[in-house]
Amino acid sequence: MIVANKNKIKDMAENLSDSGPGRSLWKDARMRFMQNKAATLSLFVLLVIVAFSFIGSHFAVWSYERIDWNAVGSAAKVGMPSIETGHYFGTDDLGRDIYSRVIQGTQISLMVGILGATVAVVVGTLYGATSGYLGGRTDQIMMRIVDILMSIPYMFVLILLLVVFGRSIIMLFVGIGLLSWLDMSRIVRGQTLNLKNKEFIEAAQAIGVSDYKIIMRHIVPNLLGIVAVYATLLVPGIILAESFISFLGLGVQEPLTSWGALIKEGSNTIMYDTEWQLLFPLAFFVVSLFCFYFIGDGLRDALDPKGR
Amino acid sequence: MFNYIIKRIGIAIPTLLILIVVTFYLMHAAPGGPFTSERPLPAQVLANIEAKYGLDQPVWRQMINYSWGVVTEFDFGPSYKYHDRTVNEIIAQGFPITLKYGFWSFIVAIGVGIPLGAIAAIRKNTWIDYFAVGVSIGAQVLPNFVMAPLLIIVFTLWLGWLPGGGWHGGDWEYLVMPVIALSTSYMASIARITRSSMLEVLNANYIRTARAKGLPTKTIFFRHVFKPSLLPVISYLGPAFVGLITGSVVIDMIFSTGGMGYFFVNAAFNRDYAVMMGITILVGSLTILFSLIADLLYAWVDPKIRY
Amino acid sequence: MSLLEVNNLQVQFETTDGIVSAVNNVSFSLEEGKILAIVGESGSGKSQTVFAMMGLLDQNGHATGSVKFEDQEILNLSISELNLIRSEKIAIIFQDPMTSLNPYMKVSAQMAEVLIHHKGLSKTDAIKQSISMLDAVQIPDARNLIRMYPHEFSGGMRQRVMIAMSLLCHPKLLIADEPTTALDVTVQAQIMHLLSDIQKEFGTSIILITHDLGVVAGNSDETLVMYGGQVMEIATTELIYASPTHPYTQGLMSAVPRLDDNAVKLKTIQGNPPDAMLDPVGCPFSPRCKFSKDICSTHTPELLETGENKHFRACHVAFKELL
Ligand SMILES: Nc1ncnc2c1ncn2[C@@H]1O[C@H](COP(=O)(O)OP(=O)(O)O)[C@@H](O)[C@H]1O
Ligand code: SF4
Ligand SMILES: [Mg+2]
Repeated sequence: MIVANKNKIKDMAENLSDSGPGRSLWKDARMRFMQNKAATLSLFVLLVIVAFSFIGSHFAVWSYERIDWNAVGSAAKVGMPSIETGHYFGTDDLGRDIYSRVIQGTQISLMVGILGATVAVVVGTLYGATSGYLGGRTDQIMMRIVDILMSIPYMFVLILLLVVFGRSIIMLFVGIGLLSWLDMSRIVRGQTLNLKNKEFIEAAQAIGVSDYKIIMRHIVPNLLGIVAVYATLLVPGIILAESFISFLGLGVQEPLTSWGALIKEGSNTIMYDTEWQLLFPLAFFVVSLFCFYFIGDGLRDALDPKGR
Repeated sequence: MFNYIIKRIGIAIPTLLILIVVTFYLMHAAPGGPFTSERPLPAQVLANIEAKYGLDQPVWRQMINYSWGVVTEFDFGPSYKYHDRTVNEIIAQGFPITLKYGFWSFIVAIGVGIPLGAIAAIRKNTWIDYFAVGVSIGAQVLPNFVMAPLLIIVFTLWLGWLPGGGWHGGDWEYLVMPVIALSTSYMASIARITRSSMLEVLNANYIRTARAKGLPTKTIFFRHVFKPSLLPVISYLGPAFVGLITGSVVIDMIFSTGGMGYFFVNAAFNRDYAVMMGITILVGSLTILFSLIADLLYAWVDPKIRY
Repeated sequence: MSLLEVNNLQVQFETTDGIVSAVNNVSFSLEEGKILAIVGESGSGKSQTVFAMMGLLDQNGHATGSVKFEDQEILNLSISELNLIRSEKIAIIFQDPMTSLNPYMKVSAQMAEVLIHHKGLSKTDAIKQSISMLDAVQIPDARNLIRMYPHEFSGGMRQRVMIAMSLLCHPKLLIADEPTTALDVTVQAQIMHLLSDIQKEFGTSIILITHDLGVVAGNSDETLVMYGGQVMEIATTELIYASPTHPYTQGLMSAVPRLDDNAVKLKTIQGNPPDAMLDPVGCPFSPRCKFSKDICSTHTPELLETGENKHFRACHVAFKELL
């Protein structure tokens, strides 16, 4: 799921490397991004969703833990979405308020997505920068390892990890993050190879700055543009992975919930005429992912004017 | 070409071994042995069982025995939960099912994705292009676990056309929804990749040469445009294969198709490490084999790779 | 009757920033068996001029005006009509022989398809003729090399393959768009030799495009100097060399190393060439021209015949005043 954007990213990596990270690049990029209507609208919608996940609970009549005993077992008859009962999005079969649970699920899914992307970005950037900077045999071996890891079906390994080390949110985003850095490292490596021959790096080498410092002070900061774009595209990928696992029941555990878990619960009960249990969380999931992809595409186009 | 094949196989074999070793050690890193989580067994019984499964030997010994069994005889050992069944028997039951709907999903993803992307590229900025782009963006946010319940709502609950689950030997009514749910997002990705790579090829200098040679448009498309446009699609086949086989887990859950995914999730809930490991290694080997084939296909199309 | 007559050719592109005029009111003619050089800095519209003639513009491009080949109007013909002319009567070779040959097809297949399509030859015959054409452009061991892929050839050899491929149907006009720009200096000379040999042997007319006036000398009969999508000056090559009358041509000339200059005293023209302009007003060279007057930036100079026969220049300032 994450790989779908690989080709685009590669193109961009190539183009960004020619233009080099000048300061005006960012200003131009912001302007171009603002001109992209789909991307700007997506950013706005996403901010609304994030804001909703924080303040939405103030408007909730039912907290996510409280059970509406009326609705237990008869959600199809009394648990439908309604303003009067205070269940804006309806209830599930256990009498829990979907509105509150969607808010909770949104928070958790976004959090896992962002933290997981952070793990992947940090690991991928350091690995790729090191490999590209050191070059030679080390580079070959490090990249061969990436090749090898890439051809492993990571979802199965992740589930194995979750079963072995117990199912927790931390394990979830660390696991997903640790398995999603591979593309990132390749892109960063390519970019680093380009940077390596620039004068300021050679100057630093000439005056004897250590490799570690060069990587941290000169290489990594210059990779920011590409990392930013890739990170935006990584977040929805990780949310997808998290939702997939939670859908299987192996991810986020009760009483916590996430989009994937809610979609699973909703889809388990579709034959009882309670579609709202599926459709509300599903709408949040779909719309947010849409926004992330459009923002990522917008950023990419903004940073890579040649691509249009 | 021969050297390339050898080199490529030289990567595949260590990958497989690493996969086996890693999963094996993972399993042994699990807190408690495979039998401790159940009702406490008398020490003597436990010792007997562990001896039976070879668990009393040092880990490295066990690993070598296990790897040897896998590599030489494709023997994944016994299940730890269903004491009367081997992992191989479980796989033999689920794998053919996964294979059947997986195969059709693959065919649909390629057979619809490539033409859709190609038409969109040729008719750039027409309604068919917008349609194709719309479909492929939409499908990106409709992964299998979203598609599947939506399909059931529409085709089973509203229209009543198709059964909402089951397998029945893979009759077509039981095959349609799993295949659509599984293939949609990969079909869309393939369409998108085909479109963008074909647009790039259409802009390439050698296509201008072909036009300057006075060849008819059809000839140019089939002789000069088509093959190079497929290269990025070929690179995507490996990841798509991984995605499909991963998605099969969801398909088995929602449609009760009884494929390998069903046994994998069951094993995950039961902590049946032997089954999980067996399936992971099998899936991993298939993936490695498949990406090997995809790479060779790539080299066959692109002469620059072969040397 | 000229072989080729171009009148008021104009090429425009639709872009997100608006309409871009890449070629403006270009007119020239070419006699049978002659070589015309089109010279100008990169971006001055040389390629788009000839692409327009052959219907090879990008999708967002549009050409107006008139291009007559053997008295037949060929501008904006349908693709099937164009395909009767392309390769059979007018052939073209491009600047970068690596990317202009299909990297995924063997040379044999790329050459043979021309003959199979235009001449209806069988595959074996087509390959046989292709081999003899490769021999004619002095590719050694053509019989075996023809089975190779383009990336297995050196740059100069690739361009020879391109040339051989363009000559397969014995076209009347060969357009060479910067055929040597991507090549080493030594190879450049060989390719230029080859082209003039071809002109003599087959009697092919040639349009030779280059950004290097140095290539033009001795390799062409007439020279057309282009800048900013417009014709600055047309004259016989001798005249252009002996006494360039246009400020831009003079600038180009002083950038060419000459045998009679003892020191390597290369002057370059100050400033950068313009990108195709959104709104061409005035003389395109005026921002860089040291003779520029007020009128230059408001009125486009017309291409007018000077006293001498077939010598045209577009400049508001008379030649005498430039001395
Ligand atoms: N597809 C296109 N869209 C917009 N502008 C184009 C396109 N193709 C060429 N141009 C513009 O046409 C101008 C002339 O290009 P060209 O004829 O290729 O110059 P050259 O003299 O170097 O051959 C360039 O400035 C370029 O920006
Ligand atoms: S018209 Fe004016 S600006 Fe243009 S070349 Fe002549 S003097 Fe210079
Ligand atoms: Mg050009």
